[in-house]
Parts: sequence; structure tokens; C-alpha cells
Amino acid sequence: MKIVVLVKQVPDTETNIKVGDKSINEAGVKWIISPYDEFAIEEGIRIREKSGGEVIAVSLGPDRVVEALRTAYAMGVDRAVHVKVDDYVTFDSTYTSELLANFIKAENADVIIGGRQSIDTDSSQVVVQIAERLNVPHVAMALKLEFDGNKVTATREIEGGTEVVETSAPLAVTAQKGLNEPRYPSLKGIMSAKKKPVDVKKPEELGATGSKLEVVSLEPPPPRIAGRKLEAADAQGFASQLVKALREEAKVI
Amino acid sequence: MADVLVVGELKNGELKKISKELTSAARKIADAIGGKVHTLIITDNVDAFAGDLKAVGADAVIGANLGEFSPEGYANGIFAVIQEKKPAVVLMPHSAQGKEYSARVAIKANAGIVADAVALSVDGGKVVAKKPIYSGKAYANFKVSSDIQMFTVRANSQEVTPKDGAGAVEKSGASVGEVRTKSLSKDLSGGNKVQLADASIIVSGGRGIKGPENWPIIQDLADTLGAALGASRATVDAGWISHSHQVGQTGKTVSPNCYIACGISGAIQHLAGMGSSKYIVAINKDGDAPIFKVATYGVVADLFEVVPALTSEFKKVLG
Ligand SMILES: Cc1cc2nc3c(=O)[nH]c(=O)nc-3n(C[C@H](O)[C@H](O)[C@H](O)COP(=O)(O)OP(=O)(O)OC[C@H]3O[C@@H](n4cnc5c(N)ncnc54)[C@H](O)[C@@H]3O)c2cc1C
Repeated sequence: MKIVVLVKQVPDTETNIKVGDKSINEAGVKWIISPYDEFAIEEGIRIREKSGGEVIAVSLGPDRVVEALRTAYAMGVDRAVHVKVDDYVTFDSTYTSELLANFIKAENADVIIGGRQSIDTDSSQVVVQIAERLNVPHVAMALKLEFDGNKVTATREIEGGTEVVETSAPLAVTAQKGLNEPRYPSLKGIMSAKKKPVDVKKPEELGATGSKLEVVSLEPPPPRIAGRKLEAADAQGFASQLVKALREEAKVI
Repeated sequence: MADVLVVGELKNGELKKISKELTSAARKIADAIGGKVHTLIITDNVDAFAGDLKAVGADAVIGANLGEFSPEGYANGIFAVIQEKKPAVVLMPHSAQGKEYSARVAIKANAGIVADAVALSVDGGKVVAKKPIYSGKAYANFKVSSDIQMFTVRANSQEVTPKDGAGAVEKSGASVGEVRTKSLSKDLSGGNKVQLADASIIVSGGRGIKGPENWPIIQDLADTLGAALGASRATVDAGWISHSHQVGQTGKTVSPNCYIACGISGAIQHLAGMGSSKYIVAINKDGDAPIFKVATYGVVADLFEVVPALTSEFKKVLG
């Protein structure tokens, strides 16, 4: 099986974000692999361990994303590909999915796995868009994947519960927490990852038609309405004040 | 014409509030760019919903009978309606289902898409969509440059404003086409309880509840308010409750009118999931907990005393 895992580099949640005009100020930002993509990498490796084949990790972004690909190497992927673009364009899911789908098309992958969403833009678009572009089925929010030849049985999260679905490869999958426990890269893996090659693909080579999104502006989050701490002598006092505040002032209950 | 198409959603045969929220938002956009509002509902019984949608500005309410949900089938059906109506703008819910079919619809229509928008306005004939990025630490405004502009919109982010539309009822012949993923079974043990994604009130518990045996204290308040039950990651990791209840960066993103956090410290990853709630109540015995920085109403006290008192007080006033 040929498995492509999609790896996005995102700012660590604890990192301070400074807003520029149309992109963030990257100075001092600590970068990590988007947590759901770690499940994708792990699942790709597990499928290969069971069925053989190869796992290709792909990351789209500026030069810094090579670091994420090194981590994927250290976890155990076989090949790494860097689709090199300016970074703020990664807000644009259709452009991203076009570049990635054009790369994957040439690879003839059986399985494409990404996270259920990336934690910087929370759009949940790219992987399913790739499925549509490649004209293959998809399973979103996968909690369990089983292959029997080309036949795929999957358990996935749906609103209010889970669903078991059946489909077939080639297919795209988005990983939800629960699919697996990502392994830690071994020291040996980390050392050898440093020397492994990373293929670079440029947008021109991938024949994308371009961005369909215009970034108008970035802004800091809106200030929250000034909060206040309630004062009361006991629990009953707090309860009656809160009920009053929520019903008469906020009018939400 | 610069029409706006809304994809609405039903739950157990009833209109979800998001359908009205999006229709109302579409009305404002259509009035600004000079077009009509079409609201599509996936149903064989569209007549049942026409009145409610007309009252918030729908000029046409379209029913398409696409059967049980499948992302491919819905995407095919919705795209057929887009080809027929040729809207300039398409609004879809950023719901579990909406996230899946919207991605396919955008590619079929060769459209750019902004997902998880929380505010929509119009500038120079184009929609400007605002969305939180980087866990709510920044907001971005986007315009879509393709002929069709697509957006998925977060539940509870749009006001519902009464405004009469023409309200004509249409039945679409759109069909599901080829569907390559077959549903074998569903486990809805979450039952008919209120779901986090649409809830207008959420009561959440954190590590402060001390153990899984104490969920009933939080659940009682939720049931009294008709609210959904949320949880912090600490309680999920401890195995006290299933991940489907987790609110936050690696859980669900929610925007209820009212979020009541009980025994939750307010870590940045938790705030990432609920920080855009309209009103936030924090009940925490540590007055320095970060949750108080975002709380509209803060209660520094023991949740084991305050939450039951609050439940009984609400029971009194809500009858
Ligand atoms: C990559 C990553 C992703 C994450 N994603 C999420 C996520 O999606 N969602 C999430 O929630 N967290 C997430 N976290 C974890 C997050 O950092 C916090 O650890 C977590 O939110 C803490 O949960 P808590 O507030 O319940 O527990 P704690 O931080 O332990 O806080 C418990 C609070 O309860 C209060 N308390 C205790 N007893 C009482 C009492 N009797 N009455 C009143 N108050 C009391 C305490 O004062 C304290 O403030 C993530 C972390 C990482 C690294």
C-alpha cells in the first residue's frame, strides 16, 4: 500500500501570537505538528506495518516545515516531501488542497490520511477537498480503520455517537483522537532523520491555478465584556444572584 | 442576480436553529447585494418548514429528498441545486455534517471557501467573513475571489431577525448520485441529549468535580437548563467521561449564549474551544484561576455547594 500522510506545522498553542497586517509575526513562535496530524502519521505507519508498502509524509509551507518532516521521519515514515509556498496562503484550503492533490495524483496513493482539523485555522476542509479532487471516497473523524485488501471498514465519530462505515481504497481519511496513540520518535530515529532527504516541490511544478481567498486583514481578538466577580455570603446567595444576572441582565436563560 | 443559497439542517425531523440563523444572515447579505434568499432543506416534507423560514427572510424554501445523511450524497444533491440556482453566495452550517459536504461542494463548484465564520458583512459587493484563528488568539477577515463565494458558519454566531421573505415552496429533483461509503450501523448512545455543537447553553465540569461519581451534580444543572454537558480534557484523560464531551482545542469548539464552567481552571487550550461564548460563568474556588479573566460572572466558591444551590434556584424560577 502507498500511504500519504499530511503534516501541517502550526504554532504551539501556548505561543504568544502577534498579529501583523495580513499575517502573524512569526518571530519567537514555537512550531509543532498539528496534534491531529500526529494521529495521521501514526496510523500511516501502522497500516504499513500490517500491510507493507510505503508511507510518504507531505507538508506544505515555508522552509521551517522541514522540521515537522524530520519529526515524521523520526517516527518512521519512508519519504518526505516539502511543498514549498509562502505561509499565509495556507489559510486558503482550496489552494492547499489543489497543490496537495496534484502531488498525490502523481503518486497514485491508496490511502491519504490527515488530521480532522488543523489547530490554527480549524477549517476541516483540506482532506475532504483532496478526496473530491481525486474522486475518491472519504471517512471523516475516524476512530478505527481496518483493511481487507481494498475493502475498508471504519468506525467514525458522528454527532451524538459513532458510525461504522464500509468503503474501499483508494480513499482519504481524517484522524480523530482515539484512532491510536502516536509513538514518540526514538533517539536513533531522530539521529537518522537528520540525514534523510526531503524532496522539494514548487507550486509551478504542481500546476495549481492559485488562491481563491483574499486576506483582508488580521486583528486581535475582540475584548471580552468586562467581567465581574459576584459577592455573596453563602452558596444560596451566589445562586440567587447568578440566576438574577443570567435572567434579567444577560437574558440568556 | 446575486442570490444567496442557504443549506439548512434538520435534527430528528425538526428545524435546527442554525437554519434560521443562516437564513437571517443570508437575508442581510442578499439585501446588500441585491438578490434573493433560497433556503435548501434536505427533506421530503419541505412544506412543514416553509413558514418558519419565510418569517426570517427566505424568498424560496427548497426541499430536496436526499434520504439518510452521506457526505457524498449530500454534496452531489446540494451541488445540483447550486447549478440550478446559480447563487453568488452559499452559506452552510459548520456542523459535523456541514464540514464534510461543504468541502466537496466547494471543489465541485470551483469556489473558494471560508470555514467556521463567526461574522459576515458586505464590502464592495463581496462578503467579508471573520473567523477566529490560532485558537482565538487572532481574528482574520477574508473575501472569496471566485465567482461563487462559500462559507461555513458557526452555530449561534448569527442573530435571528424576523423579516418576511416571499416564502415560495419548491421541490428539487436533485438526487444523491454515486455514493461510495456505506453506513453499516450507528451507535447513538449519546441518545437524545442536547448536543454540544448546537447547544445555546452548556454546563461543563473540570477536574474540580473530583471524580466521575460527581457528574450528576453537573448533569442536574444541565438538565434543568436544557443544556448540553461539556467537560475539560483533564476529566476526559482521567477516564471520567467520553471524549465526545470534551470542549477545547482538541475537543469541540462551541459558541453558546451561555457557558457555565464548574471547577475548570481555564487553560488556553480550553479557552480555545469556548472563548467565543457570549456569556461565561465561572465557578471555581481559586480566585486566581485564569478562567476568571474571560468570565462575565465569576463565583469564587466551592462548586459542591454552589452548583446544587443554583440547580434548585433555577428549578424554582423555571417551574
Ligand atoms: C496539545 C494540548 C491540547 C489540549 N486540549 C485541551 C482541550 O481540548 N480541552 C481542555 O479542556 N484542555 C485541553 N488541554 C489541557 C489543558 O492544558 C488543561 O490541562 C485542562 O484544560 C485542565 O482541565 P481542568 O481545568 O479541568 O483541570 P485543572 O487545571 O486541574 O483545574 C481544576 C480547577 O478546579 C478548581 N476546583 C477544584 N476543586 C474545586 C471545587 N470544589 N469547587 C470549585 N472549583 C474547584 C481548581 O481551583 C482548578 O482551577 C490540552 C493540552 C495540550 C497540551
